[in-house]
Amino acid sequence: MSFARRALRHRSFAIGSVLVMLLLATAALSLLWTPHAATEIDVPNKLLLPNASHWLGTDSLGRDIVSLLIVGSRNAIAAGLIAVGIGLGAGVAAGLLAAARRGWVDELLMRAADFTFAFPALLTAIMLTAIHGPGLVTSVVAIGIFNIPVFARITRAAALGVWARDYVLASRACGKGAWYITIAHVLPNIASVLIVQATIQFAVAILAEAALSYLGLGTQPPEPSWGRMLNEAQTMIFQAPQLAIYPGLAIALSVLGLNLMGDGLRDLLDPKLSRTR
Amino acid sequence: MPGSVISLFLLKRFAAFIATLLAASLVIFAVLALLPGTVVEVMLGETASPEAVVALTHKLGLDQPAWQRYLHWVGGLLSGDMGMSVAYDTPVRELIAERLAVTVPLALMAMALTTLLALGFGLYAASRHNQLGDVGVMAASQLGIAVPSFWLAILLILLFSVKLHWFSAGGFPGWDEGIAQGLKALVLPTVALAVVQAAILARITRSAVLEVLREDFVRTARARGLSRRAVLWRHVLRNAMIPVLTVMGLQFASLLTGTVVVEKVFTLPGVGLLVFQAIANRDIVVVQNVVMLMAATVIAINFIVDLLYVAIDPRLKAGAA
Repeated sequence: MSFARRALRHRSFAIGSVLVMLLLATAALSLLWTPHAATEIDVPNKLLLPNASHWLGTDSLGRDIVSLLIVGSRNAIAAGLIAVGIGLGAGVAAGLLAAARRGWVDELLMRAADFTFAFPALLTAIMLTAIHGPGLVTSVVAIGIFNIPVFARITRAAALGVWARDYVLASRACGKGAWYITIAHVLPNIASVLIVQATIQFAVAILAEAALSYLGLGTQPPEPSWGRMLNEAQTMIFQAPQLAIYPGLAIALSVLGLNLMGDGLRDLLDPKLSRTR
Repeated sequence: MPGSVISLFLLKRFAAFIATLLAASLVIFAVLALLPGTVVEVMLGETASPEAVVALTHKLGLDQPAWQRYLHWVGGLLSGDMGMSVAYDTPVRELIAERLAVTVPLALMAMALTTLLALGFGLYAASRHNQLGDVGVMAASQLGIAVPSFWLAILLILLFSVKLHWFSAGGFPGWDEGIAQGLKALVLPTVALAVVQAAILARITRSAVLEVLREDFVRTARARGLSRRAVLWRHVLRNAMIPVLTVMGLQFASLLTGTVVVEKVFTLPGVGLLVFQAIANRDIVVVQNVVMLMAATVIAINFIVDLLYVAIDPRLKAGAA
C-alpha cells in the first residue's frame, strides 16, 4: 500500500493532520484577514456575548475574541518553530557527535544533557526574565534550551543503532570517514525518528509557551497570545466565564492535533517503532 | 553478588549527584549573580543615584571578587543561610520555609493522586487490551495530555467555584485555620495537576504492563498454576514498574513546574508565587535561591530514582558490576 493510502487510513494521523492544517491555515489567514483588528480596543462594546458582528463576543477591553484567537495562532507556531529549531540544531549535532566519537566526548555530552534536564523551561525562563525582562524571545529560548537534551539523547540512541549495522562496517572497510558515514548513512536513517520527535516537541513548546504567557513571562501586551488571553479571562471569571473557554480550547486542539500526528507518523514511518497496542 | 560492587556503584552515583549540584549552582550563579552591575541596575532601575548603587553594591557584597561571592553563597547554602531578601528585609530561608508549607503538601498530594490514577487506569486498560475500556482510557489520556494544567485549573474554578460554590476560587487560609480547611483549599489544585500528569503515566503503565505480559516468565508462572491476579501482582507489576518509575522521575520536573503554575492560578502562597513576586520586586537574591532549590530538587529526585532501580530490578544489580 502506498504511503498516502496508509496515511489516510490511519485514524489518529488523519485526525491529527486535519487539526494541524487548521492551525496552519488559521495562522496564514491572520496575515491576510481578521474579522476585526485584533488589538483594536472598543471599551463601550466590552464583554459582549457572541453576536453577528463578534462571533465569540468581546473581551474586557472590547477586543474581538475571534480575531485575537486567529492572531494568537501565529505566536503558538512561532514558539513551536523556534523552540524545536533550537533543539534540533544543537541537539542533533551533539547526538551525532557523541555517537560518532564515543569515549570521553560521548560521556561529556551526555552528562551535559543530563544536567540540562535539571532546568525545566520554567526555571530558565524565570532566570532569564529576572535579568532581561519577559518576552516571547526569552520564553521561547528557555523552551528551546530544554529541547536540546531531548533531541541529543534520542539522536545518540538512534545513531548508535545505525553505527552497529553491517553496511556502516562495510563503508568503514572502504575507508570512509566518520564525517561521511554520519551524513550519508546515519542522518538519513534516523530522520524519521527525528521527525516524530519534532512533532511531539512542537506540541510541548505550544503548551509551554502558553503557560509562560499565562504567567506573564512570555508574550507581552498588546501582542495577542492564547496563554495571556486565559490570564485576562481569569480576572473576569465571575462576569464573563465564557472567555476562559475559547483560548484553552485552541491550545488543547493544537496540541492534540500535533500529538495525534506524531503518533501516526511513528506508525507510518517505522512500523517496528510503533508502540504496543 | 558481592556487596562491594553495589556500594561502588552507589558511590559513583553519589559523586555524580554532588557534581551535578555543583554545576547547577555555578550556572545559576553565572546567569544571575556574576554581572554585578546588572543585579543592582535591575534592582534599583536605571534612574538610581550613584550613591544608592554604591550602597546596595556594598550591602549585597557585590564589591567582592566573583569567586569569593560564589563561595560565600554556596557556603551559606550548606549552613542554611541564603542571605537577606531585599524586598522583604527578611532572611530568604524563612521566606522559603514559610512557602514550602504550601508547595510541598500540594506536590505530594498531586504525586499521590497521579500514581493512583495512572496505575489504576493503566492496569485497567492493559487488562482490557483492544477492548472498549482500553480504547476509552487511551482516548481520554490523549485529551488529558493536550489540556494545559492551568486551563484545567481555570475550568475547575468555573465549575466548582463559580457555578457550584463548593470551593473558593483561590487563596489559602493557612494551616492555623485547621488542617481540613487547608486541605480543602488544595483539592482543586491537586486535581488540576494530577489529571494532566496521570494521562501521560497511564499510557506508560499500560504499555509497560502489556510488554511484560508477553514475557516467557509470565507464561511459566501461569503454567505453574498461579492465578491471573497473582501473576499480575507478583510478577508483572514489579517488572513493569521500571519504565513507569523512569517516567515518574522525569515527570517530577514537570510536576514541580506545574505546581508553580497552578499556585499562580489559585493564588496559593507557595514557592511559585514567591518567585513571581520576587521577579516583580526585582529581588534577585530570592530568585537565585528559589531557582537553586528547584534545580536541586529535580537533581535529587533523579538520583533517588537511580537508587530505586537498583532496589527494584535485580538485573541492574548484576549490571552494576
